[in-house]
Amino acid sequence: MTIRDAYALDGKLPSPDARFDLVVIGAGPAGTEAAIAGARAGKSVLLVDENPVAPDLMRTDVPLFYGLRMTGAVETPERMLETLLSTNPLLETAFELGVEVLLGTSAWGLYAPQPGLATLPGQLVGLADATRSWLIGFDELVVAAGARDFVLGFPGWDQPGVMGAMALKMLLERYEAFAGRRIVILGSGDLALRTALAALRHGIEVAGLIEVRACVQGNAALAAQVAAAGVPLFAGSVVTRADGGADGVKQVVITGLSGETSIACDTVCLAIAAVPAIELLAAAGARLAVSATRGGHVPMIDAAGLTSLAGVSAIGDCAGIVSAPDSLAYHAEWLAALARGSTGDTIVCQCESVSRADLLGVQPPAYLGARSECMAARNIDTLLADGPPDQDQIKRLTRAGMGLCQGRRCRDQVSLLLAAEAGLAPDAAPFTGYRAPVRPIPLGILADWAEAPGMSDGWDVWFGVPAQWTPYRDIGTEREAMHIAILGGGHI
Amino acid sequence: MSGSNVVVIGAGVTGLSTAWWLARSGASVTVLDKGVVGWEASSRNGGGASHYHSPLFQEEQRLWPMMDELLGYPTEYQRGRVIAAMTEKQLTHYHYMADMFLELGYAVDRIDPHQAIAFSPLLSDANLGGIHLHFGGHANPQRTVQAYAWATQDLGGRILQNTPALRLVAEGDRVTGVETAQGLIGCDAVVVAAGPQTAVLLAGIGIDLPLSAARAEMIITEPAPLMPVGGVDGNGLYGRQTLRGNLAYGGGPHEWLDTGPGSPPRPTSPLSRNLARRVAVLFPKAAKLRVIRSWAGVVENTPDGRPVLDRVHGNVTIGVMSGVGFGLSPASGHALRDLVMDGQCSFAEIGKLKLDRFQGLAPDWREQRGWFPAALA
Repeated sequence: MTIRDAYALDGKLPSPDARFDLVVIGAGPAGTEAAIAGARAGKSVLLVDENPVAPDLMRTDVPLFYGLRMTGAVETPERMLETLLSTNPLLETAFELGVEVLLGTSAWGLYAPQPGLATLPGQLVGLADATRSWLIGFDELVVAAGARDFVLGFPGWDQPGVMGAMALKMLLERYEAFAGRRIVILGSGDLALRTALAALRHGIEVAGLIEVRACVQGNAALAAQVAAAGVPLFAGSVVTRADGGADGVKQVVITGLSGETSIACDTVCLAIAAVPAIELLAAAGARLAVSATRGGHVPMIDAAGLTSLAGVSAIGDCAGIVSAPDSLAYHAEWLAALARGSTGDTIVCQCESVSRADLLGVQPPAYLGARSECMAARNIDTLLADGPPDQDQIKRLTRAGMGLCQGRRCRDQVSLLLAAEAGLAPDAAPFTGYRAPVRPIPLGILADWAEAPGMSDGWDVWFGVPAQWTPYRDIGTEREAMHIAILGGGHI
Repeated sequence: MSGSNVVVIGAGVTGLSTAWWLARSGASVTVLDKGVVGWEASSRNGGGASHYHSPLFQEEQRLWPMMDELLGYPTEYQRGRVIAAMTEKQLTHYHYMADMFLELGYAVDRIDPHQAIAFSPLLSDANLGGIHLHFGGHANPQRTVQAYAWATQDLGGRILQNTPALRLVAEGDRVTGVETAQGLIGCDAVVVAAGPQTAVLLAGIGIDLPLSAARAEMIITEPAPLMPVGGVDGNGLYGRQTLRGNLAYGGGPHEWLDTGPGSPPRPTSPLSRNLARRVAVLFPKAAKLRVIRSWAGVVENTPDGRPVLDRVHGNVTIGVMSGVGFGLSPASGHALRDLVMDGQCSFAEIGKLKLDRFQGLAPDWREQRGWFPAALA
């Protein structure tokens, strides 16, 4: 008989609470259509979407960069559910075809058996809503997680009213809950132009588009529509700072060929880029690639959309966003331009209050009060002398990216800043990984309250090695047996 | 042996501490690592520094309060520890530990539930009390490994990252160099402190070190207000409140792995949910705190769970800690430095940690314990 270690994970991880032939993550257009197609093919289908997102999570800029520009409407989940259903008519078709639709439900972890995780009872996806978390098994899983905001900082970006284009689109078109009145948009590519037109359609005033390059970057027809609406384009310009008060942004100051200009606005919308939302796939160990024409880091997929994880495919924006061949260089140009207006005090990581000087100085965060003379002599240059830039190492040392927003607001700028310091091309910029849970989930909700007895019985605080905790002087004495009997396996 | 060339294989916490101690003694030290400093379990652990059972413990406790100053870089070391029980079985267990600590001469108090909450206000009102250690403590593993590395460099040591040691080159019973992809690095002595990979390297020169590696998991929450004592264990968990306020906790079942050269796989699993439950039971006032990351580390285990600290083959020093290395690192580096330079530990008797205790170990010792990977379905 094969002996198994009683304190190993073998056989202890729970089976899924339910199984579906097909699970779809994300009920945007691509995901909803995939769910409908699955149901039409006779599959049992679960379609989950994290919207409406809990308002307290929105206030931390998860999963999008909302910049605290939500109206009070987001505080009423029932009302938000109605709005979301009315703004996505395809969902009704999915319901009619028998798709199980769960809104307000996030997918926080995707797990596949692999070397190092052989004890997993098949592929699982972890879900959570406002009251509990659970595990679902599947034959096929389609990730249609969409895009997330690409965020770069500048002086004054760490105040209410600075937000991302994906968040603005969500608040305008799905939530009908955008609180701003007059916005300035950064960027002039298709994303920025579409954002401007969407804002105008919803009665929002667009005070201007700021473009770091010399001319408009997006589609000419879209640009003409924006121009026809009387929206000025400030080309060859960059935001030097956003000024504000208690309610956040009041104006932005831009610097261009003609010097400094102030533009009154209550919102600055970063529409330089949107990037594929790969966090669920990346955390699960799916193979990734860097592609300028697909918007940066994307899952590697075959012609059928399958990722490197068996049965798991990616569709829609999370599989790649059509981008210009020089899109990554464009991101870096924006970073460099915004950095020129920044100072050492400019915040890079809002959650952990890491300034630009601390990041490039590789200093511990100020709240530790742990500065020393030796520490002061260390910086990004001394660190780069030891090897290529490593964003995970920078995270550990400076805490940039270690906060509640899970690095959503700083991961891109830290990566590009490190690449710039190391003289690396943007496509060789360092990449920091994702870990489950890829949404911040409260302890009490993530908890497995129905834990199986096998898990509890086979739980040891460490490895359950009986001899490990015997005091050294008692090793080899008769007292050793006594300690082992009491402190051995099942050390709690 | 001042001025001699020592190569340390493994820029984990044990290897780096050894390198720092050697550099302090005037040795010319080169540390090799397959990746970045402290990338494996050395930076993925609970940060605990309360390992009473070790012969290195007194030296560890003497050194920790001085480490920030000695290294010149912050470690976030904090003294003291509370262990709180949620069940009668746990309480009995913790009281047995307290008696053992007292016998060993370490100050500890039994505490009632109210005292436990006074030390660590996030603890459950339903806690049954526990013990308060006046010794022990915790530090930040990520900051500490980098501190050792930088302090070693400040003393003239070299840290070669992304430079895996491929093979030990022996002449007779002495190792004369270490082969790397970047070429052969000659040495007068070598320290092998490469965690799970230590056995592979030693096997190349005919030394059999029994090790089995496993993956262990932790979770971390968003910050909570700082508790007077942040080093709180109990309810089957080990961990700490970081100085930022995050609750970082691990415990529970591990997964045995095959480890070859290179970086071992270290995915996390839905065990995060079981950890979350135990943390929420121990700290119900923190149940609304959001879990923001999970991670796994790969830990090497010897058959008896005890370190191997030994000099063999004349100039080969072995430093593996069997999964209890971080807290002891100030002292393990000192002991290994002593073994390299003087052949014996200057501050403690460590003879029971020699490799030859495994002579006669059954070849199927892993199978006998069930310490091998599950079959991949």
